[in-house]
Amino acid sequence: MSDPDVHKSVPLRRPLWTPGVLVMLVFMLIGAAFIIARFTGGIAAVSNLSTARPWGLWVGIDVATGVALAAGGFTTAFLTHILGRHYYESLMRPALLTAMLGYTFVVLGLLIDIGRSWAIWKPMIFWNTNSVLFEVAMCVMVYLTVLYIEFMPIVIERFKSRPGTSNRRVQWLLKKGEALLGRTMWIFIVAGVVLSCMHQSSLGSLMLITPTKLHPLWYTPILPLLFLTSAIAVGFPMVIFEGTLAKSSLQSNDEMALMSGIARFTPVILGIYLSLKIGDMLVRGTWIYLFDNTMQSNSFLIEVGLGVIAPMVILLNRQRRNSQRWLFFASCCVIGGVVFNRVNVFIIGYKPPFGPVTYSPAVGEIFITCGLIATLMFLYRVIVTYLPVLAPRREDAI
Amino acid sequence: MKLGAAGVASSLVRPKNAQAWESKAPPDTESFGCLTDISRCIGCRKCEKACSEINKLPPPMQPYDDLTVFDQTRRPDAEHITVVNRYHTGRLDENGKLAPNYVKIQCMHCVDPACVSACITGAMTKSDSGAVHYDASKCIGCRYCMVACPFEIPAYEYHKPLMPQVIKCTLCEAEFTRNNRPPACATVCPTEAITFGKRSTLLELAKKRLQKNPAQYVQHIYGEKEVGGTAWLYISSVPFAKINFLKLPHKPLPKLSETLQHSLFSYLWSPIVLFTILSVVLFKRSKKDVLPSSNTSEDGGKI
Repeated sequence: MSDPDVHKSVPLRRPLWTPGVLVMLVFMLIGAAFIIARFTGGIAAVSNLSTARPWGLWVGIDVATGVALAAGGFTTAFLTHILGRHYYESLMRPALLTAMLGYTFVVLGLLIDIGRSWAIWKPMIFWNTNSVLFEVAMCVMVYLTVLYIEFMPIVIERFKSRPGTSNRRVQWLLKKGEALLGRTMWIFIVAGVVLSCMHQSSLGSLMLITPTKLHPLWYTPILPLLFLTSAIAVGFPMVIFEGTLAKSSLQSNDEMALMSGIARFTPVILGIYLSLKIGDMLVRGTWIYLFDNTMQSNSFLIEVGLGVIAPMVILLNRQRRNSQRWLFFASCCVIGGVVFNRVNVFIIGYKPPFGPVTYSPAVGEIFITCGLIATLMFLYRVIVTYLPVLAPRREDAI
Repeated sequence: MKLGAAGVASSLVRPKNAQAWESKAPPDTESFGCLTDISRCIGCRKCEKACSEINKLPPPMQPYDDLTVFDQTRRPDAEHITVVNRYHTGRLDENGKLAPNYVKIQCMHCVDPACVSACITGAMTKSDSGAVHYDASKCIGCRYCMVACPFEIPAYEYHKPLMPQVIKCTLCEAEFTRNNRPPACATVCPTEAITFGKRSTLLELAKKRLQKNPAQYVQHIYGEKEVGGTAWLYISSVPFAKINFLKLPHKPLPKLSETLQHSLFSYLWSPIVLFTILSVVLFKRSKKDVLPSSNTSEDGGKI
């Protein structure tokens, strides 16, 4: 395990068209049909969005949750590159790919959700620096670019290693590009972390302007801090979740030792999050809503109980951190908790004063979201098949 | 890791160079608004008709004199910029009969509007005239204005696939700034329930009415202080809570988020500080790496 050679990622070269991939394709096709309906009949044709409920499933899941769950990218980059724990390097590439695809799909989700998709470039010209959303949009835009740049060496590595197949000029260009990226990469890595801290927190600031609409269990001036902390907390569990799935379905290398290693940090961050949350509830006296048995309070209890406290307790124990099952289960808890939190803040905790209080997403909203997630998984599958992202199992590699 | 998180955390909660937040509202003595006297409204819905005509909205499903419209409480939508609702509050008229109250609702044209602060491109603006103005040519359709509005007013043309707009009252801004005419609803109102004028004048008028007839009015001018003030004001003979008016904080809604955003990101000082700190850490760490003993499994636990 002390092998310092970390660049052992290779294209998987496994058959692409497995039954699982075909299921993804079915979801992609259904999603595409609803997307066509959205762009011919308008948002009303496929969604339950209304005057009272301008943001629904697409903002809650595709955008807010999508951004949070892509946090594996910047947390792993912080650990391996900025803190210099290169031991964890082999977790970096899959985390980077997930972040890159995650943010790409945040933008695709936004394109479907906003009324004038063709006008998405306008915030670059028309600035409103008072708007939290403006800052989020700028950060997401720049960060997505940064992620693509960070991913470029992986693409170059793939094509550079086949000298016979392309002409000399291309090889020269790849070499130059690699050298340039190698020299400047630290800028993008640091910028990626900074941009992430900015917009992960600002996603929480989005709701600071709605003190009368967001349920007091979630509305707090420290919402941005809570969003940032929960995004950091879910970073490593996402890496573990995805690494475990890749291992079992794509026979990639078992990174169990590394995963237990990074899982040490998770209970600490969850603990910070929990103390912030409890402290805020005590200071603001919002704990009185905890047990009033409304949909909001129950949803809150699930969010914090299953999503924060349970995985924190599980991961505090070293034996459990070293058990694949417990580690995977705890990671799922943290991920589920963050999904619950974002959905609670943007959907369940959002109480329009006049319109119908309940909102359930329409079939079209659900299938478009599923279609986008299936496309994301499909692209992940294609990219790990053809580009050096994952490390194969050791016995396979030798 | 913890150190970095703590650094970020402290930079988040401790605003540096925080300037006191200031209202960007035009002065009351120069900006316009309307005062609705609910005790005068007879529910004729002529304002709805005038509004529909001047804004070229589609004709209504039911004629304006069809009283069954009042059987349901309505909200403004993409085809109805203003609506009048009927409430039975238990108030009795001179003959001892239950008397209804009619309430016209539309955009309140807040003094410090949340929608204006929220709008990603600045498509929503607070005009010097007092109106909250929507410029569709800048709009991307994110609908954050609708999320931000405490009165749940802006509506959206969800059925349009490519060019939907936010629909809300314009205060007939073009009418009074260009043609020197009051808003269509105020012009047409037969009982003068809607008065158009400078906000300061309207506040004086409202106070005068409340003082002159203290028994007839609830001693509250709705919109004087709610969410920092609105250009559309209301006075009423029945408690506002009974006719579906929201109890709202007096603090302007954009204050918190704008203070936070500007104290954190003016001159991008906090991202620059964070970038510098992280770069220093990165280079210190990578120098250590040059040492022959590469960091391996024993490097855990030291963070």
